[in-house]
Amino acid sequence: MTDCLYAEHLSSGYGNHTIVKDVDLVLPEHKISVIIGSNGCGKSTLLKTLCKLVLPSNGAVYLNNKDIHKYPSKALAKNLGLMPQSPIVPEGITVADLVARGRFPYRQPLKGMSKEDYQIVSEAMDMMGISDLADRCVDELSGGQRQRVWLALALAQDTDILLLDEPTTFLDISYQIEILDLLTELNQKKGTTIAMVLHDINLSARYADYIFAISNGKLLAHGTPEEIINEEIIREVYGLNSKIIKDPITQRPMIIPIGKCK
Amino acid sequence: MKKQTREIIERVYHHQRKRIITITIILCIILCILMALSMMLGNTFYSLNTVIQSLLYENIPGASFTVNTLRFPRMLAGVFCGIAFGMAGNTFQKMLGNPLASPDIIGVTSGASTVAVFCILILHWSGNAVSIGAILGGMLVAFLIYRLSQGIGSNNGRMILIGLGFQAFLQAVISYIILRAAQYDVANALRWLSGSLNNVTIEEAVRIVIVVIFMGSSLVYLSRRLMLLQLGEDFATTLGLNIQRTKLLLIVNAIILSAVATSISGPIAAVSFLSGPIITRICKGNQANMLQAGLMGAILVLAGDLVAQNLLPARYPVGIITGILGAPYLLLMLFRMNHKGG
Repeated sequence: MTDCLYAEHLSSGYGNHTIVKDVDLVLPEHKISVIIGSNGCGKSTLLKTLCKLVLPSNGAVYLNNKDIHKYPSKALAKNLGLMPQSPIVPEGITVADLVARGRFPYRQPLKGMSKEDYQIVSEAMDMMGISDLADRCVDELSGGQRQRVWLALALAQDTDILLLDEPTTFLDISYQIEILDLLTELNQKKGTTIAMVLHDINLSARYADYIFAISNGKLLAHGTPEEIINEEIIREVYGLNSKIIKDPITQRPMIIPIGKCK
Repeated sequence: MKKQTREIIERVYHHQRKRIITITIILCIILCILMALSMMLGNTFYSLNTVIQSLLYENIPGASFTVNTLRFPRMLAGVFCGIAFGMAGNTFQKMLGNPLASPDIIGVTSGASTVAVFCILILHWSGNAVSIGAILGGMLVAFLIYRLSQGIGSNNGRMILIGLGFQAFLQAVISYIILRAAQYDVANALRWLSGSLNNVTIEEAVRIVIVVIFMGSSLVYLSRRLMLLQLGEDFATTLGLNIQRTKLLLIVNAIILSAVATSISGPIAAVSFLSGPIITRICKGNQANMLQAGLMGAILVLAGDLVAQNLLPARYPVGIITGILGAPYLLLMLFRMNHKGG
């Protein structure tokens, strides 16, 4: 059986401030879902609530029909992974060392890495194309390489579901495409269910199988890119006038913002 | 994946492991040499043979008192206080991700010292009562720092700033108490300012040995969790770590080590602060290196004490020597942080 993550009547926030309001969603299994929405609309908070980082104030998140807060933390970590937006790079850490930390939920206390640990860590590095960087310091790497190292860590965690909080921020366009291609490959090869927050609507439309549009903490609409990326929904979500055309490469919808165009 | 790729990656791990094991062995050898030297050197030189004989078998006139009663507790306390300081400092620095976060910079050891000075000079206590007071003082300050730094979001930076504030305040309190005290008490209280292994009794040495065995092995056990904390709380949580419990366990163990060691040797300057960063520099990578940091602490204390006792014109407390090492490093740290912008 594969893992299924869904939320029912989910509300959450910080302190008394509710950010996510009454969201019901089911992450489509083995698909890539993208959460879009304007700045501060609650999409990151929603993602964090889905993986236990923010407590729900109402409703709950379920993994295989069981509330995620009822799982022992290591058991949950074997099923549900997250790549946070800005993880901390410990000073002087090597790539190999960092990626190996993804094996934590599987390792026995005080024991070294098992054969399986080595196998999975190596596979993760190989898939992200960083095997030849294994003994390098993470501080010395470029932004794109670093992001691949973090992804390899999340892969080493070997979960069926992977959540990513803006995995392409601070990367230039070629690295953005590289990371999204790698995620697509991961989804196709291993069937990993992926859900991520993205800012770029065109990239979302191109890489997503399914899109959740969030506005003001509420789930405004959800569906395939063709169903979601239209002028009306974009206006509601971002308050922006736009024209939608077909991407000449993939035939997916593509947004042309109008704004105060000359 | 090619078989070759996997072999290359595994070799990287084995190489790192081998490196750390080699370093650990070298540290052990250095420590053993220093332990032997501190038993042999002093006012009178005794050969290794004499030392071993007087410790294990017979009563050698003249030598036995010096070796068994004076030098042995001093050496033992030096080693284990060093381990305690090294591990406690390393834990705080790695946990809070900042080399300034060691207990001697953020006021925990000062808390222990302040209470000790107060007990000696104002209450005229002595012996175990002072030590217990010092332990409670260290814990109280640590607790206050921890409570005051709680709030929304990450509180690592807050914890360090509040700790620095406590440190400055407590140093002022110590100075005030010493200025007010009677002349003849001051010599006794000085141990609590710079740290010294003078007049350590065997009971005190045994106390720190026991504490290091329990708290030290807990910290070694917690190392892997500590390494996850370093990735930031979000990552650590999704990797299945209970952040609050782990932090609390790490803090409690480190504080007990630090406070008990302080209650015996006084705050031996800069050992907590230096051990972790030196080891991180030598070992490369960023493992927790808990055991190695402890060994480094022991080496610093014993080497410092040997220099202070034998190589200088007068006999100084060990804290003076380690302090001299620590001050430039602290400045360097501050410069570098300033340079990096935080």
